[in-house]
Amino acid sequence: MKTGTNFIKATKEYLKRNTGILLGLFVICIIVAIKSDNFLTQDNIMNVLRQISSNMYLASAMMMILIAGGIDLSVGSLIALIGVIGGTLISAGIPLPLVVLICLLVGALCGTVNGFILSRTTLPPFIVTLSMMNILRGATYVFTAGSTVRIDSREYINMGTGYLLMIPLPVIYMLIVILIVFIILNKTKLGRHIYAIGGNEKAAQFSGINVKKVRMFVYIFSGIMAALAGIVISARNYSGNPVAGNGAEMDAIAACVVGGTSMTGGYGFIGGTLIGALIIGLLNNGLNLMRIDSYWQIIFKGIIILVAVYIDYIKNLKKNKSN
Amino acid sequence: MAEKTLLLKMEHIHKKFPGVYALNDAKLELMAGEVHALLGENGAGKSTLIKILGGIYEKNQGEIYIDGTLKEINSVEDARSQGISIIHQELVLVPFLSIAENIFLGREPKKKSGLINRSKMIADTKNALDDFGLNLNPNSMIADLNIAQQQMVEIVKAISFNAKIIVMDEPTSSLSDTEVEGLFKSVKKLTARGIGIIYISHRMSELGQIADRVTVMRDGQYVDTKVIKETNNDELIRLMVGRELTSYYTRDFNASNEIVMEVKDLCSEKSNHVNFELRKGEILGFAGLIGAGRSETMEAIFGLKKITSGKVILNGMEIQGLTTKEVMKKGIGLVPEDRRAEGIFPDMATKFNITLKALDEFIKGIHVDGTKEHEISSKYINELAVKVPTDQTPIRSLSGGNQQKAILGSWLATNPTVLILDEPTRGVDVGAKSEIYMIMNELAKKGVSIIMVSSDLPEVLNMSDRVAVMSNGSVTGILDHMEATQTNIMEKAVQY
Repeated sequence: MKTGTNFIKATKEYLKRNTGILLGLFVICIIVAIKSDNFLTQDNIMNVLRQISSNMYLASAMMMILIAGGIDLSVGSLIALIGVIGGTLISAGIPLPLVVLICLLVGALCGTVNGFILSRTTLPPFIVTLSMMNILRGATYVFTAGSTVRIDSREYINMGTGYLLMIPLPVIYMLIVILIVFIILNKTKLGRHIYAIGGNEKAAQFSGINVKKVRMFVYIFSGIMAALAGIVISARNYSGNPVAGNGAEMDAIAACVVGGTSMTGGYGFIGGTLIGALIIGLLNNGLNLMRIDSYWQIIFKGIIILVAVYIDYIKNLKKNKSN
Repeated sequence: MAEKTLLLKMEHIHKKFPGVYALNDAKLELMAGEVHALLGENGAGKSTLIKILGGIYEKNQGEIYIDGTLKEINSVEDARSQGISIIHQELVLVPFLSIAENIFLGREPKKKSGLINRSKMIADTKNALDDFGLNLNPNSMIADLNIAQQQMVEIVKAISFNAKIIVMDEPTSSLSDTEVEGLFKSVKKLTARGIGIIYISHRMSELGQIADRVTVMRDGQYVDTKVIKETNNDELIRLMVGRELTSYYTRDFNASNEIVMEVKDLCSEKSNHVNFELRKGEILGFAGLIGAGRSETMEAIFGLKKITSGKVILNGMEIQGLTTKEVMKKGIGLVPEDRRAEGIFPDMATKFNITLKALDEFIKGIHVDGTKEHEISSKYINELAVKVPTDQTPIRSLSGGNQQKAILGSWLATNPTVLILDEPTRGVDVGAKSEIYMIMNELAKKGVSIIMVSSDLPEVLNMSDRVAVMSNGSVTGILDHMEATQTNIMEKAVQY
């Protein structure tokens, strides 16, 4: 009984918090559904979910970093590096589980380096991860001499193209990632500490929170998520491409921001970020179905982000005035 | 002093915000050359009144007369052209520009070519600084000045606008005693020129030294105006609170002799061989000048600053070198000095703020016991009488006193045996102050040992079982409640 009322309360809270973007999502769905017969087919819905899945891995981690008052620009480059490493290793005949493990470890390692620098210095996260973005992208080009690594392994490719009970595997991973992030942020002490650090780092220190450790965690998690995205994207493309993931960090940030995550830290919810990623994904999908030039999609994406942030700004303005 | 003329008269001022009647028939009069204190609890409407004068808010009703004529002030520019200048509590200088650039910001003298006439700007600034007896280089960057110097620059800037009326909002809240003296000298110079000063402060003891008259406000209403020499603290407090505070300080001195914590030869960045003992159920006041190393010593004990040598012994166990989290587990709590910067998570719910340090009580692994969480938060909201609409209200929208009580509650939720309170009543209004004293007394009675770092001497004298005085990183003396006086504390405070 009590879980029931709690669930209703949580749903109400969710609807109230995300009214604006849910409405936006709804409007986009209606317009696309009217304009295109293919939109509401099961195939297309699965297609949209699969398209947003990689962005969601990144955005889930990015959201935690933003909440903790940081940013991670290096994830796009990490996608390329991991795709290339994964492709090379699997082609060299190394067994799949080991390849996946190595890829995730490399991702974690890159996150560790970011986290280590950021917890030992006061360098701004923007600059540190921007440098890392360049270093990793460059390393990928150096490693491949600029060429693409072909992937033939069926089982590797299956990780990005396979299905489980009619649901694409990348979508399954996405659901797991969302669940993990939800649990971390809402059900653990770590989650509270992440919000606390972004809310007021100094006060977090005075509250006995190990700021360095928490910061380390979010960057390592981000690295692992980027590695996951790298594996899935390379599997779906049958290749590790050194230009893969270009600008992916920006899409992840966009999903967070459209979903209501604060760029100054302390505020953000996975439910909102999911809607943010859906809006951006649906926009691409819908404009494709409506046969609108893909160059225009980029312009629309920019406008959507601006509108979402502006709505957030107005909301904050009202909130501050009423106090 | 010249014959005093009426400089400013604000009458029948009304201001409504959605849901709040912020000002209801407020009134203020200021004479030329007068320092007029404005007193009232937080939320009494002082800052709203000042913001109306400064053109930041528009009044709904009422009249403002300057030099006897009715004026409309609808913008900050209007206020400035009427010679009104406000020095805010948070200084609004640009840190990485020079003194001269700050003073002339937005009205830089130009050469014929349209470029900035730097030499004129610097010469004018130099004159203005000299005129005020300030030995500062106009080219110094604001970020390199201390708070007191920055405040002086603000004052010089205000005068350079030909200000006739200067409002100072809590100007001494971050100044040391010598700096306060400097500020008061400057204020005297201003009044000698016929400038009228509206002075907002919570420190009642200052008013006698600096103010000529005082206007008291309560709940948005004008209460009374008194000549400072003809009134006293008790009367002013009664006017502010609107009721007789039975006793402002509550303290039953009943500490035991049992020693809970011992600090031996503690050295850290700002502490130099600090020694003291803390007894069960006592309030140990820590007095001293700003910069004496009191807060830094406490932070070292609390694991926030590195201890280079020495011992901290809590209940027979050495705890120096532990992390803050471990020190907390041993039963020490620290309510920091700067509430906004170090104490609260401003945008977070009050509940989040209260429960954050006691997560172990209701989060196990991935299970959150929401009922328990709610219990903890309600317990301290009720026990400490935190005035808050709901526990989901962001803590930043509470008054300073209620924020402080909520933060105190968040520490009590960790069940500390030793509680370090750094400036527990700074920026807190008299009503809440009195409540905080009552809470401290209750805690001490229950056997909690309290270290109270405070720059408010009356508070130290009235609340402490013993007073430790620090000077330049060392404890220069520990005085018993009976022997501690303002004089012997100050003697020890300036020992080094």
